[in-house]
Amino acid sequence: MTATWGEHLLVTHLGRKLLRLLLVVLAVTAVTFLMVHLLPGDVAYTIGGETATADDIRAIREALGLDRSMLAQYRSWLGRLVHGDLGRSYLTGEPVLQAILSRLPVTLELLVISQLLALALALPAALICAYRSGSHVDRLISTGGFATLSIPSFVMALLTIYLFSVKLRWLPATGYTPLQAGVWANLKSFVLPALSIALIEWVVLMRVLRSDLITTLQQHYILMAKAKGLPPWRILLLHALRPSAFTMLTVMGLQVGRLLGEAVIVETLFALPGMGRLLVTAIYARDHLMVQGCVLVISIGYVTVNSAVDMLYTLLDPRIRREAAVGT
Amino acid sequence: MEPNRPTRLPAAGIHEIAARLGPIFWLAVIWLAMVLFAAVTAGYWPVPPPDRMDWAQLGAAPGAPLTPAGTPSAENPQAGGAAHWLGTDTMGRDMVARLIFGARVSLAVSICSPAIGFLVGGLLGCLAGYYRGRLDAGIVATMDVILAFPGLVLLLVIRFYLGASLTNLILILGFLTIPAFSRVARAKTLGLTELEFVQAARLTGAGHLSILVREILPNVVIPLAVYALLVAAFMIMAEGALSFLGLGVPPPTASWGGMIAEGREALDTAPHVSLIPAGVMFLTVLALNLIGDGLRSLLEGRAHP
Repeated sequence: MTATWGEHLLVTHLGRKLLRLLLVVLAVTAVTFLMVHLLPGDVAYTIGGETATADDIRAIREALGLDRSMLAQYRSWLGRLVHGDLGRSYLTGEPVLQAILSRLPVTLELLVISQLLALALALPAALICAYRSGSHVDRLISTGGFATLSIPSFVMALLTIYLFSVKLRWLPATGYTPLQAGVWANLKSFVLPALSIALIEWVVLMRVLRSDLITTLQQHYILMAKAKGLPPWRILLLHALRPSAFTMLTVMGLQVGRLLGEAVIVETLFALPGMGRLLVTAIYARDHLMVQGCVLVISIGYVTVNSAVDMLYTLLDPRIRREAAVGT
Repeated sequence: MEPNRPTRLPAAGIHEIAARLGPIFWLAVIWLAMVLFAAVTAGYWPVPPPDRMDWAQLGAAPGAPLTPAGTPSAENPQAGGAAHWLGTDTMGRDMVARLIFGARVSLAVSICSPAIGFLVGGLLGCLAGYYRGRLDAGIVATMDVILAFPGLVLLLVIRFYLGASLTNLILILGFLTIPAFSRVARAKTLGLTELEFVQAARLTGAGHLSILVREILPNVVIPLAVYALLVAAFMIMAEGALSFLGLGVPPPTASWGGMIAEGREALDTAPHVSLIPAGVMFLTVLALNLIGDGLRSLLEGRAHP
């Protein structure tokens, strides 16, 4: 009986979270809709061009349905959203969904590569720091990491450009090669942008992993492994790393959710055609439906990642489950 | 970090506290004081005005002499200083002058924006944590919406609607810091309401307002103020990033982010145009982080003896 009661609570808890998630996304799109409509000037002027007369503008607005009330427009947007239709760009006529789907992979690829690079930096650093915690190496890496967190991402991007493309001339500063033109060429255009994110992100991962590793290394079974005479690398990699990696992986997930909206700086700097650039361009052009679509996707991504991490904890840690059931 | 203990500054002597914070902390304080001094006295420095273009010295290296083209009067070429101590930017403007005037923008943003978040977010967080229930749920949900909303969209809309100005920038950045402050304040308050001294106050018949003002607030304000230092560091970076995207303070007002952006095209010929303001921004952010971190561990050191 207790098991079903517990499961029942869990399902209610998850269901409530899901509902809240939906409400947050709905609220975000509603606010976006309101804001974009508050922007002075609209897309009709952009389409009509400089020679358009007042009648032309009115005709364009009628054709696009822009003359209806804001609420009616939002309602029809929501209605079509349910059918998976995000509308078409006012400017190019391209379906919004298609535009987003063509840009999203670029941003996702950037995020995945940057997180992998960050992991490649954080893993050895954390292992060394935790194993020799309190030593000179540990203090050097930890202090260096602290200082690195004070470098803004755009400055880091600039520094990587300065070092790798101006001074060393290894890679071009900007430019994007699509995957179709070859995997290697495609990866090359991601190296610098991903590196400029990773060179800051690794610190976040390293700090979390380091402190978890230090806790794990104090466990009895590690002492046992040491007593058995296992070499340090075996203890660290095979015994200590896995139980210590959970928090770090969580942080990685959260970072991806956060970066989805913030990749715009790196994308702009390196001329990558990703989501961030699409959004900024759309805002400048008052391409309402495109803005709506982008904000929808970004906020869904952000909220989903956050809730997924939350739920993962709920599933894995019964204490949180009980608190959640008793509390909110 | 343990939220459910009251945090007060240690009752140790001034000298002991100063020693415990370490020399790096005081170096950071000195750097910040210097930046503040430069920002306040920006108008009185022996340097050319920040928007005077010296056409003969575009992107000149540090130490380049002033030329008549960039001085107020041809008769007195020494007016406004002896040289471009840190060189000129790509438009021939004096780097020192732009750095010290840019400090005004960075400091204004890093002081005023967290202040907004501190007041509004702190208050909302305290209320949510103290009253719980529906009020709490409502405030938390609102904060979630703000967090999930792309800040850049908000910024662009306000910019187009109210115009680009330092005040608007401060207001928007301040608004966006509200959720973070409210979370910290709420967590602190939630822990505090369980503690004996709050319960004791309640038992003696103190009203909600009195408990909030006398018992909760004093214990939330100090950790929240320390948190504000870290947010201030982040605000400098945010202002820089926005100026870098061309969404910050409108030109020709000097700002560090804007300076870094202007030098981006000349990285190969005149790297100092970008790298010097980048270095200054880095040191300032680092100083704020060091001070915030030092004070935080001082508070926590007290919490777990």
